[in-house]
Amino acid sequence: MYRFALGRILQAIPVLLAVITVTFFLIHSAPGGPFSADKAVPPEVIKALEEQYNLNQPIWQQYVSYLGDVVRGDFGPSFKYSGRTVNELIAAGLPITAELAFYAMIVALVIGLLAGIGAAVRPNTAQDYIPMTAAMIGICMPSFLLGPLLVLVFGINLEWLPVSGWGDIPGDKILPSITLGAGFAAYIARLSRGGMLEVLSQDYIRTARAKGLSETLIILKHALRGGLIPVVAFLGPAFAGLLSGSFVVETIFQIPGLGRFYVQAAFNRDYTLILGMTIFLSTLIIVFNLLSDMLAIWLNPKLRHEIKGAK
Amino acid sequence: MNLKNDHYTVFKASKHKKCDFIFLSILLATCVTLTGCGSSETNVVAGNKSGTLYWGNGTEPQSLDPQIATGVPEHHVISAVMEGLVLKDRKTLEPRPGVAKTWDISNDGRVYTFYLRENAKWSNGDAHTAHDYVWSWWRALQTTLGNQYAYMLFPIKNAKRYYDGETSDFSDVGVKAIDNRTLQVTLTNPTPYFLQLLDHYSLFPVHQATIEKFGRADERGTRWSYEGNLVGNGPYKLEEWKINRHITVTKNPYYWDEANVSINSIVFKPVDNAVTEERMFRAGALHVTSSIPADKIAIYQEKSAPELKITPYLGTYFYRLNINTPQLQDKRVRRALGMAIDRKQLVDNITKGGQIPAYTMTPPGTMGYFPESTLNFDPEAAKRLLAEAGYPNGEGFPPIEILYNTNEGHRKIAVALQEMWKNYLNIDIKLLNQEWKVYLATESAGDYQISRGGWIGDYVDPNNFLDMFLCNGGNNRTGWCNEEYDRLILEVAPSQSSHEQRLKIFQQAETILLEDMPIIPVYTYTSIKLLHPSVRNFDDNILNQAMYKDLYLDANL
Repeated sequence: MYRFALGRILQAIPVLLAVITVTFFLIHSAPGGPFSADKAVPPEVIKALEEQYNLNQPIWQQYVSYLGDVVRGDFGPSFKYSGRTVNELIAAGLPITAELAFYAMIVALVIGLLAGIGAAVRPNTAQDYIPMTAAMIGICMPSFLLGPLLVLVFGINLEWLPVSGWGDIPGDKILPSITLGAGFAAYIARLSRGGMLEVLSQDYIRTARAKGLSETLIILKHALRGGLIPVVAFLGPAFAGLLSGSFVVETIFQIPGLGRFYVQAAFNRDYTLILGMTIFLSTLIIVFNLLSDMLAIWLNPKLRHEIKGAK
Repeated sequence: MNLKNDHYTVFKASKHKKCDFIFLSILLATCVTLTGCGSSETNVVAGNKSGTLYWGNGTEPQSLDPQIATGVPEHHVISAVMEGLVLKDRKTLEPRPGVAKTWDISNDGRVYTFYLRENAKWSNGDAHTAHDYVWSWWRALQTTLGNQYAYMLFPIKNAKRYYDGETSDFSDVGVKAIDNRTLQVTLTNPTPYFLQLLDHYSLFPVHQATIEKFGRADERGTRWSYEGNLVGNGPYKLEEWKINRHITVTKNPYYWDEANVSINSIVFKPVDNAVTEERMFRAGALHVTSSIPADKIAIYQEKSAPELKITPYLGTYFYRLNINTPQLQDKRVRRALGMAIDRKQLVDNITKGGQIPAYTMTPPGTMGYFPESTLNFDPEAAKRLLAEAGYPNGEGFPPIEILYNTNEGHRKIAVALQEMWKNYLNIDIKLLNQEWKVYLATESAGDYQISRGGWIGDYVDPNNFLDMFLCNGGNNRTGWCNEEYDRLILEVAPSQSSHEQRLKIFQQAETILLEDMPIIPVYTYTSIKLLHPSVRNFDDNILNQAMYKDLYLDANL
């Protein structure tokens, strides 16, 4: 297991290097620079600014010195937010985005698992069709539609919940978490239904039933562990997806998370901020994929044996 | 019932086709429970009682250093925490005493002597003197600082020469502290709008000791203007700055006019999505919005909602014509294009925000300037001009392309022009949209034929609109150059003895611009916002500028 993890971590290094290199040269080749503006900026100002941020050096030199900084964990100063460092901006947004992703994950898991398992227990009945149809709609409905709809109903018409903010007023975390979690809930519902159906048709479940165990015990003790493997495999990418894909929800609900910085940085050509965010999110995706793979191995004896056998 | 049985009951229920509804019910119950706290009192209601103003402020400010910042959201915050020598009247925008209690202007209009208030202080209690201005303007003119508004100081004698490095001795520049309370400013030419410039943030004083504590005076990106560090001289002081969340300013006890500041604190919320902002306003989270989605304007207008405020704004929406484009080199073609736009129809049916059709570059009424225009909507005359230029009924006219930055509003206008020019002139227009920074690069490189443009005035004077089109003007970007025009703007207008005479010169220059038509004015902007009725004394003015210390909140609303 440790060797497996170590191998994966070593593999991650060239991946990250490729991500940095491609991003670095792509953003530097995009037309327009960080300091261009509607009102003409005098050439002497541009020169002073470029000197200050070392943009007057040859691009290779900039690339090498940037890599050096990244190795030291320093993403540099933001070009646009004068006086702020990229590390500082990430540190400001991350806890909020992570919290949002965490709540969304809870929403997704609770709704998704209940619906998926419930459907698998009584396949091809209303208990299966209704949640699965809802799941299909959930997968198809983008958050930029669901969010405003929820706001309209619960925020403006019923006046039950706040329409924006994060941690400002009690209850303002509910709508964003549901909006972000809904799409993932739908995926989890379908995955857990599929996984459970497969497991429930296995011989060892039939054996358990033949032994006269109650249906509850069979499902909770015997079926869940195997049936949830597809869900677990999905959790890593899902959590990374929640973290990096929360931009729309953050915009709708005015949440000061990471996603908004990322998109603004691209529009502003804030080179260091784009790079810093890309590296940070790539690392997160790699880490979460690794974690979910390890969890899947722990849950699935077959895989464990395969890895041991490979040794 | 023991726990085990309880669990069992729940699970049994799920078996009976209810499992998926249980969670939803729990969720709904949680929602209902939380509503008690959530909707008890909106920001607006609570703010009206506590004297807190909630201000929708567009994007997250990039800096609060007045000599680095650019942009409207930055301006809103900076003018709360800092103040210049003069302020503006909230209705007429006439100069009003700020840090300077009074001032004298020499007979030739070149020497201004400002007498500072005895009780002017910085927000940390330090004495605020005339020397602060000398130091601040020295800093503003350091090229290494990258101050994009350095040109605002250029009317001051030798300021431009110092900035360009032609003199390295700052004592040559026309700003002197005679004593702690007296500041003397000498200008190159009489500049009637000079007092207005003093209310622009690039000429605000900055606190030397604080800046030097956090780095070199001419260094960008130091942390002096952040929470806990910033020392200002305005009616408010910076209390809290949470990135992308809010900036809170509270009353500055050392402000010279503190007794007349009514609102206790202002919370600036960065909301860059107009749809979200409008929703927040409806839910009572904001007193003021920075904009309103275009498709919502009609809804508010139908209800005659008092919250909707539409005011003429000191800005012009126009198209640049690249006169290096072969078919646009003939000014008759350019005039024909300008005359074949039905601006009234455009503002009534496309932009729908109360915009005013523009036939001149300078918005009418700028400092008493009401320019006459030779431009009007006349499709027949336009057709004749195009025929004279060798394209009868548009025949043989090579298709041209309109460049605009990606935005639904700009696209609609470009499509409308495309249709009008097809209908009235029978010429083909293609549309090209580019992402903002790409568009800026394309336009600056002159790699376009027709390009959308917009200009918002920095100060209320025709000069601010007309000096854009000087031969070497950085914002010209059309390739157009007219020596007579340059002479009128650079030499004749500044040397006039009276304001009326100056306006006449501007009229001559504007006529040249419109006859040659390197740009086509389309409409005069309006500022459109939602304002809660409890906010009082936020008067309409063409800069859409609030005078914070005049504002108060009516707790009865």
